[in-house]
Amino acid sequence: MTGVQRIAGRAVALERDDVDTDQIIPAAWLKRVERTGFAPGLFGAWRHDPDFVLNRPGAAGSKVLVAGNNFGCGSSREHAVWALQDFGFGAVVAPGFADIFRGNAVSSGLVPAQADADAVARLFAALAADSGAEVVVDVAARTVAVPSAGLLEPFTLPDFARWRLLEGLDDVALTLRHEAAITAFEARRPSWLPAQAPAGQSSR
Amino acid sequence: MSGHLFDKVWNRHLVVSPEGEPPLLYIDLHLVHEVTSPQAFEGLELAGRPVRRPELTLATMDHDVPTTGLDKPIADPLAAAQISRLRANCAAHGITLHGLGSIEQGIVHVIGPQLGLTQPGMTVVCGDSHTSTHGAFGALAFGIGTTEVEHVLATQTLRQVKPAAMAVTVEGNLGEDVSAKDLVLGIVRALGPGGGVGSVIEYRGEAIRALSMAGRMTVCNMSIEGGARAGMIAPDDTTFAYLEGRRHSPRGKDWEAALDDWRSLVTDDDAEFDHEVRIDAAALRPAVTWGTTPAQSVTIDDKVPDPSSFASPAQQQAAQRALTYMGLQPGTAIRDIPVDVVFIGSCTNGRLRDLQVAAEVIRGRRVHPGVRALVVPGSARVKAEAEAEGLDKLFTDAGFEWRSAGCSMCLGMNGDILAPGQRSASTSNRNFEGRQGPGGRTHLVSPAVAAATAVAGHFTLPGDLS
Repeated sequence: MTGVQRIAGRAVALERDDVDTDQIIPAAWLKRVERTGFAPGLFGAWRHDPDFVLNRPGAAGSKVLVAGNNFGCGSSREHAVWALQDFGFGAVVAPGFADIFRGNAVSSGLVPAQADADAVARLFAALAADSGAEVVVDVAARTVAVPSAGLLEPFTLPDFARWRLLEGLDDVALTLRHEAAITAFEARRPSWLPAQAPAGQSSR
Repeated sequence: MSGHLFDKVWNRHLVVSPEGEPPLLYIDLHLVHEVTSPQAFEGLELAGRPVRRPELTLATMDHDVPTTGLDKPIADPLAAAQISRLRANCAAHGITLHGLGSIEQGIVHVIGPQLGLTQPGMTVVCGDSHTSTHGAFGALAFGIGTTEVEHVLATQTLRQVKPAAMAVTVEGNLGEDVSAKDLVLGIVRALGPGGGVGSVIEYRGEAIRALSMAGRMTVCNMSIEGGARAGMIAPDDTTFAYLEGRRHSPRGKDWEAALDDWRSLVTDDDAEFDHEVRIDAAALRPAVTWGTTPAQSVTIDDKVPDPSSFASPAQQQAAQRALTYMGLQPGTAIRDIPVDVVFIGSCTNGRLRDLQVAAEVIRGRRVHPGVRALVVPGSARVKAEAEAEGLDKLFTDAGFEWRSAGCSMCLGMNGDILAPGQRSASTSNRNFEGRQGPGGRTHLVSPAVAAATAVAGHFTLPGDLS
């Protein structure tokens, strides 16, 4: 994974709360065994509506999605993050994210920028006035800006998540620095805890 | 040390808490299925990493398996390829797989408890948000994404920021026709779809203690529908009675040692929660969702709400959008809404107890003409146990389809779907737009209400049937 410093480009305003991952990427797309190829499925059902924000002129090539509260609720499918990235989004700005979606976003290098509800309302207003306005998400500074509207809003991103995004770190490699501690922990586990017999598949 | 159940389970799994980083939590059980694992195995292979503890990992196939015609090749080539990929990955990494045709195959959250693999005080993860189900045993269990699946496969740990502790206390007793499903729909309505974000819920109180393990699993299962990371219930004699003698439960001296340990997994009297919600059990009635999130429900005695009755403009707009999608008019009595399809199954309500409840309702009755009704047991073993009791015959005599185990119409990946515009009464967990098929309209209900609705053709209670 490569690091993410700054995302700048047009934005799409999706002014709805509780957008669930079934909407972001419908289940029919989850049969893919790859991490790519999901862009056509992004908001698959909603895109049948010609007025849906992703169908508007200029939406293609956008870099930032601005959305309502509790974005990404529901299923744990990381495919939702991959679909947003495949379409070209590098960041989602919202007043709140569902926990699993937020974790998946950081894992895959999509910036989950949590801004105050008032700040997000100002972003929506700026985009309503000028849908082509450039939006800049600065990961290091933890700010989202609409320079043409004079907006500069802070967002929340925990230090460790920020570091991982900036550096594009391999999380498994980070953890394996603590392998000795993991091995020591394993030696202390109670013996009654369940385990599978050396594998076997129980059927065809 | 004093604390809550959640603290105690969390603390005993801390491997290391490095300065400036979230701590590493050890994972006791990792459940794997075909849909959220292929990219994780691919990541391991690209990095040349082995699975650290294959014996703490168990795989099954549930999300896109067919529920009919198991003697024939899988018709959907994409599903067939995904399933064969899981088989190959498990074989390559020495992971036990309960595949199609095995008596232990089934929905991950049904088979873990059924095998006695889910035990009090454990950490359980799976690439599936309904992993919260396992919290019914006093385990800390939550859903993870595919990158985290890869991380657990490689390290048997997860890096986790500690969630807040929330208490949901259900005081009093549930009414006779009010089930665990109605209770959790009431809890989710009180929380809202995002009310539990960042929290682990401990369900407490008299009504929770009175629930069977099946009921507790139904409640914990839907924690995620209120946004919570996990739901937990302190283990007690009900838990221990369920576990004793199961395939992976401790035996002999180990059973005694485990019991001593499990009895310490309770919230101490002086422990404080970050958030507390109280629910009056006696005020609950059988629930039916009317909207497109599980938090949008009313009781079966109510009417479809008017969007203008909601407090904020955002809620009003959400309600209006939901009613448009659902094809409902405000003021319509819930009992007057006709359904096309009834689905009984899923990790929420696909256990033997759920099928027994539904079977009692339809005994000697017929599915309403024009209604398609199907029962999909949560696991192959649930199916076999139900058949041993003759439930399959009760269902098929009444006009239900009797299927094989899987997630099926809960998420509509395997071809068991609603047609556009069709309306279902479903015992599953999500009524999101298109969840059961593009354009499908889902109403979440309990198994008893689903069965009665299949007979009447519109939402109703068993007690209303002639």
